Amino acid sequence: MTDTAADQKRSAKKIVPRKTPIPEQDPKTRSRNFKEVSLGYSPELAMQEAERCLECSKPTCVSGCPVSVPIPRFIKLVKEGKFKEALDTIKEANLLPAVCGRVCPQEKQCEQRCIVGKKFDPVGIGRLERFAADWVMQHDLVDAPPVAPSTGKRVAIVGSGPAGLACAYELAKLGHGVTILEAFHEPGGVLLYGIPEFRLPKKIVSREIDLLKQMGVEISLNIVVGKLITVDEILEQYDACFVATGAGTPKFMGIEGEELNGVYSANEFLTRMNIMRAYLPEFDTPIRKGERVAVVGGGNVAMDSVRTALRLGASEGIIIYRRTEEDMPARREEVHHAKEEGVRFEVLAEPVRILGENGAVTEVECLHMELGEPDKSGRRSPRPIKGSEFRIPIDTVIMAIGTNANPLVPQSTKDLALHKWGYIVADERTGQTSRDRLFAGGDIVTGSATVISAMGAGRRAAQAMHEYLVGAPSK
Amino acid sequence: MARILEKRLLRQPDVFYFKVAAPLISKKAKAGQFVIVRLHEKGERIPLSLADIDPGAGTISLIVMAVGKTTNEMVLLKQGDDILDLCGPLGQPTHIESAGRVVLVGGGFGVAPLYPIARAFKAASNEVTVIMGARSKDLLIYEQEMQGVADTVIVTTDDGSKGAKGLVTDALTKDLGCRLPGLVICVGPAIMMKFVAEATKPFGVKTVVSLNPIMVDGTGMCGGCRVNVGGRSMFACVDGPEFDGHLVDWSVLMNRQKSYTAEEKESFEAWKKRHELMLGSAAPVCELKS
Ligand SMILES: Cc1cc2nc3c(=O)[nH]c(=O)nc-3n(C[C@H](O)[C@H](O)[C@H](O)COP(=O)(O)OP(=O)(O)OC[C@H]3O[C@@H](n4cnc5c(N)ncnc54)[C@H](O)[C@@H]3O)c2cc1C
Ligand SMILES: Cc1cc2nc3c(=O)[nH]c(=O)nc-3n(C[C@H](O)[C@H](O)[C@H](O)COP(=O)(O)OP(=O)(O)OC[C@H]3O[C@@H](n4cnc5c(N)ncnc54)[C@H](O)[C@@H]3O)c2cc1C
Ligand code: SF4
Ligand code: FES
Repeated sequence: MTDTAADQKRSAKKIVPRKTPIPEQDPKTRSRNFKEVSLGYSPELAMQEAERCLECSKPTCVSGCPVSVPIPRFIKLVKEGKFKEALDTIKEANLLPAVCGRVCPQEKQCEQRCIVGKKFDPVGIGRLERFAADWVMQHDLVDAPPVAPSTGKRVAIVGSGPAGLACAYELAKLGHGVTILEAFHEPGGVLLYGIPEFRLPKKIVSREIDLLKQMGVEISLNIVVGKLITVDEILEQYDACFVATGAGTPKFMGIEGEELNGVYSANEFLTRMNIMRAYLPEFDTPIRKGERVAVVGGGNVAMDSVRTALRLGASEGIIIYRRTEEDMPARREEVHHAKEEGVRFEVLAEPVRILGENGAVTEVECLHMELGEPDKSGRRSPRPIKGSEFRIPIDTVIMAIGTNANPLVPQSTKDLALHKWGYIVADERTGQTSRDRLFAGGDIVTGSATVISAMGAGRRAAQAMHEYLVGAPSK
Repeated sequence: MARILEKRLLRQPDVFYFKVAAPLISKKAKAGQFVIVRLHEKGERIPLSLADIDPGAGTISLIVMAVGKTTNEMVLLKQGDDILDLCGPLGQPTHIESAGRVVLVGGGFGVAPLYPIARAFKAASNEVTVIMGARSKDLLIYEQEMQGVADTVIVTTDDGSKGAKGLVTDALTKDLGCRLPGLVICVGPAIMMKFVAEATKPFGVKTVVSLNPIMVDGTGMCGGCRVNVGGRSMFACVDGPEFDGHLVDWSVLMNRQKSYTAEEKESFEAWKKRHELMLGSAAPVCELKS
């Protein structure tokens, strides 16, 4: 009998078919507050869920994980109640388990491949990962890893999102002097200004950053690379540099009325809410408190925007998406949560213009769409149905239709090879760019992707940079 | 953190001069660029133009006109205080070229950022004419400085209390009628830049304006600062702030500047109440009267 067949046989016998439900705030209550939606497992619930794992000897889940977390090993430790050890095991591969347990698209990664999922719900790997990280934090057992003696090398990292943080962590651990240069006045990247508090509490992000500081990583804020200092100048002062500036600049649709007041990019709306904390009365940054808010798009960014608008007091939040709900790139859980919270889904629809009065938005006009032939990505491409115009009365529109590469760093760096769309060309394994001593990773290389892929890129680049640094003469 | 090395009142009661220690920024900054400041942990980010740059001393100068909450908080800061966050230089520098004669038109605090621009054009061997206007003579700023760098300084006041009576556009039209310059640059309130652009259009003189939409990050990340130039949407913080004045859609800019009028007013009123409680009703507070 093959391994998997044996596994399956075992599973058929005693598996609890459903994932252990995770306690959550009631949808009505939570759609009016900014507290975290999901409350997390208790130790008992976590151990109960861990029991569902078969500890496969050839675990398929691990092959679905972009950084190959040793999933069965950590789940076994959860089963045994060894939560700290479980977390240490996860951390061998994933530096930000508290973050990733919350925001990874597990249903497309580990959980999609979990063998239990063939017949029943897959094991709740993300929930268990999150539990282990939270438990260790709550019990104050987080310890900074040992830092190797100083190598005397200095490295600059541009950007403090997951790619930059992961790279900093690895390089600091190996004894290199690390300075992060960040454009904003607070570090964290999208973890801070993009993903909202109710999905990723900011104190989790700040703890990770404190840990880096304990390890001796320096974080210089308010430094816009490409303006205050160029990458070429950084390379004169440091032994190596890692660029992790994220995807950056928001797309608009280019339709009539986008300049009206009340039309936001998701980046602007979420930045005002998250890093500038516009929803708290004692903070100065203003935000429009929309009554009826339409969000264009079907990804995580769109779900975050519409749910944030509800929490800000909107009586109606509407998602406008040109394909079907099944095609939405958002995490399933976010779509599910949005629906529970009363978000209206206007699918197979695309805005064609925005109408306003006195300079402010009043309506969005859309066309119904139908699905045509599959495109390159295998998804059937939507096309407008002639004459199907309809209007939705709204006072706020948020565009969550993706981003383009921010040109600040690419354009100010000499001889840096770029892709057609302005993203940096970097080796997938090492992050090496076309320039000596210059590495890059995360969204600025791949375009908008995921936290875990950015983190993985940061780690891989750190390894390659380390190999380079130990062999190179000091600056 | 950036230390305020010097602060003085430039114009009663609401315009102040700040010299700030910014060694790195001063080495990189060029005329026409701006910085973003945040004053305290709960503060917003506001853009301010560079009114002077001294790389030797490692300082930059900012001119602040108190119009709402944040600018009022800023003008309450004293010499020796720190600005919590100072980020820059941002935006594209003024394109300094050999244009023969350059006419710089300034209004309100806009005269201040024209000062380093005037110096740069002068250094590039241009003849520099400055036209600066205010409602009355007490409201003029930077006149001395401009006299020191420009070839000609034309002052206009609405009430005729100094220089020519009338608007800068009157003086500008007269000047253009005498001798066409190679370039006009205007920095000031949107409405003034709009009229300046309209005034130069019949003469076919290239006219650069410095747009001031509401900004957040200043790095091209949010798109809140988008303006319409030549039918295209541009982000003023990275593509600008300077644009061809003949191509700017002024109604879009002026409308977007009003995005938060209600919220700003509310926040300012609340702040004034707290401020009065703290300092008594004689507390100096400045407002934009329009
Ligand atoms: C609203 C939202 C929700 C999301 N939800 C999820 C989710 O649920 N799950 C998931 O896996 N992914 C999600 N993502 C995507 C994920 O957050 C990104 O893929 C990831 O953060 C990319 O990491 P990064 O390190 O490459 O860049 P970023 O996180 O974008 O960080 C880049 C950093 O660089 C800084 N920077 C930029 N330019 C400069 C410069 N010139 N000089 C100095 N600093 C600079 C920026 O200020 C920023 O701090 C979401 C994204 C958004 C916007
Ligand atoms: C590129 C640029 C350069 C500038 N240079 C200077 C300068 O050198 N000196 C100076 O005094 N002012 C300057 N300003 C304007 C200054 O930023 C605003 O006056 C300030 O933000 C007002 O904040 P407040 O809280 O005091 O007033 P509020 O009551 O909040 O606002 C008053 C008005 O200022 C504008 N404003 C508000 N918030 C912002 C924001 N975040 N970004 C831009 N505009 C805003 C709005 O149009 C608003 O109606 C500049 C603006 C820009 C865009
Ligand atoms: S999580 Fe699923 S695939 Fe992974 S080891 Fe457990 S049962 Fe097997
Ligand atoms: S201020 Fe955010 S893009 Fe210009």
